[in-house]
Amino acid sequence: MSAHHGPSKGFMRWVLTTNHKDIGTMYLWFSFAMFILGGAFAMIIRAELFQPGLQIVEPDFFNQMTTMHGLVMVFGAIMPSFVGLANWMIPMMIGAPDMALPRMNNLSFWLLPPTFALLASTLFMDGGAPNFGWTFYAPLSTTYAPDTVTYFIFGVHLLGLSSIMGSINIIATVVNLRAPGMTYMKMPMFVWTWLITAFLLIAVMPVLAGAVTMMLMDIHFGTSFFSAAGGGDPVLFQHVFWFFGHPEVYIIILPAFGVVSQIIPTFARKPLFGYDSMVYATASIAFLSFIVWAHHMYTVGMPITGELFFMYATMLIAVPTGVKVFNWITTMWKGSMTFETPMLFCIGFVFLFTIGGFTGVMLSLAPVDFQYHDSYFVVAHFHYVMVAGAVFSMSAAVYYWLPKWTGKMYSENMGKAHFWISFFGFNLTFFPQHFLGLAGMPRRIPDYALQFTDFNTMSSIGAFIYGASQILFLFNVVKTVVSGEPTSEEKTWDGAEGLEWTLPTPAPYHTFSTPPDVK
Amino acid sequence: MANTTTERSITYTVTKLAVVAVAMFAFVFVVMVPLYNVLCDVLGINGKTSGERYQVVESSVDIGREIRVQFVTTNNEGMPWVFHPTESVLKVNPGAVNSTVFYAKNPLAKAMVAQAIPSVAPIRAADYFHKTECFCFNQQPLAAGAETDMPLQFIVDQDLPADIKTITLSYTLFDVTAMAASQGAVATR
Repeated sequence: MSAHHGPSKGFMRWVLTTNHKDIGTMYLWFSFAMFILGGAFAMIIRAELFQPGLQIVEPDFFNQMTTMHGLVMVFGAIMPSFVGLANWMIPMMIGAPDMALPRMNNLSFWLLPPTFALLASTLFMDGGAPNFGWTFYAPLSTTYAPDTVTYFIFGVHLLGLSSIMGSINIIATVVNLRAPGMTYMKMPMFVWTWLITAFLLIAVMPVLAGAVTMMLMDIHFGTSFFSAAGGGDPVLFQHVFWFFGHPEVYIIILPAFGVVSQIIPTFARKPLFGYDSMVYATASIAFLSFIVWAHHMYTVGMPITGELFFMYATMLIAVPTGVKVFNWITTMWKGSMTFETPMLFCIGFVFLFTIGGFTGVMLSLAPVDFQYHDSYFVVAHFHYVMVAGAVFSMSAAVYYWLPKWTGKMYSENMGKAHFWISFFGFNLTFFPQHFLGLAGMPRRIPDYALQFTDFNTMSSIGAFIYGASQILFLFNVVKTVVSGEPTSEEKTWDGAEGLEWTLPTPAPYHTFSTPPDVK
Repeated sequence: MANTTTERSITYTVTKLAVVAVAMFAFVFVVMVPLYNVLCDVLGINGKTSGERYQVVESSVDIGREIRVQFVTTNNEGMPWVFHPTESVLKVNPGAVNSTVFYAKNPLAKAMVAQAIPSVAPIRAADYFHKTECFCFNQQPLAAGAETDMPLQFIVDQDLPADIKTITLSYTLFDVTAMAASQGAVATR
């Protein structure tokens, strides 16, 4: 077989492939499918909350929906989408022929579909799907859990395995396969953020695996890690979970930072402002993420010194994050800006993520957090950083690199419509939730007091609009792939910099078989 | 695609990272869990009192100060026993040894084993509440229909912060029959 063979034909191409572009494509499509599934769960939640009272679903099923929505979106949609992007872009950005471990790459991906099939199948089992929230606090997830919790535990183990293998692969690629001359401080920001993210994943996915292993032992093997009756402590669960959970939120957002740092310079037609400080800020955020976990649990009865430590450490994160936001704004300052779809999503990202960051600073204050804790204010906060952060930047990334991937141009009008509709829908959904939370509406409830009706109705209408705009996104991408206007320009965007834009368009199946020379 | 040197360095990177992943998994069990328990024990946080018998140190009784000690009992969900303190409040002097009993009855027609879990409020008082004898140190088996008085002996430390005037000791009673059976430790009397 020649070294430059193309993809083999048929379905087995996708099962057996070790090509980073094929695997990246599969990750992206899989994560989009999960995005639709998790979105469907969200639509059920918002339909139930459209007006007070119980109209559509039973409370237990509602709890299953909030749980599955969170799990599917975090582990099925956002994380795999960025892994897919890493697979596609990292080798092309550092001048490598493929990922360092192509076969393991295949396995990392193919663990995911069976895992989510398993998780989704619990919806049809006796006792229903997991209903204890995506944070699965003990004893809800141990003593009071439905029997399907065992499937959930097995699923989390598989997800952890997949993520760890994926991360090892990314680090091995970045460390060993950079083209000659591509020093660490010349790497594109997206590669930097992913390198740091991969280290975070390797450090905390095993902790998550440990947490679910302890649950498994408590449920089936008579141990009492989280059971007070046997000398354990349910609060221990929260500490272990959030020791994983806080780095996890940066695992989700750091690659998004990387994407935005690639796209804004392109459309501002200026190099990224403060590249070095971006790298150091990313590393600082990663370090700080390990020492702030207990800000998720101010109300468990920590000693005051503990509350103070976690409060100050959390507020400190605003510093490197602020460095990043100011760098993006400074990059745009006096640039020759144009507003194509990827840029619109990035500007939307900077604007909305900053709002989410500010509410984060509010939540970091232990005394006021006692009011906000477990209220809709928290829901609004983390959707501002997860949706307007991760999902907006992911949409930007798809529009930005789609012409390079497919050799076809998407519809700019439809892209812009997608942005404006989702921007409007997103804010209509989540902005009122701030007020609901401040007024005292708790999260994860299927019914609410009458005075919350107006804001909830607005929020539900916004959610339906936001959901519908994603169908437009899907349509635009499919139309591009099927019948988009062909383009063969190497540089789709005239301000774009980086090795991936030196390749032909569409990117050939094998690229950089001989490493490029980086000046 | 990659030459031998690159392949060797990839293997090296992968091995190192795999070791880190395994080490982090072990870290949960070897470091996090024991460290949490030790910290709670040493700092007296989470209102946990020591699970060990307190070794009495000779000390004088501070008769000038009186502390209210309240007793609260709760049955964990599904626990059918009758369980309550015989005295709901004691007024005690710091340094003095006090004792009281808790009443428990198993109303069911089968033998059961229970475990009481203590908690002290305010949390800051946990370090100053010493138990020299407590039914919570052991599991409590009761035959069908049997009842018992369970002893508690305690000393409130003289170093108790001055602003604490009332201490609440709460016990939650858990049904551990299944757990005790699996450990082969069911003894009925």
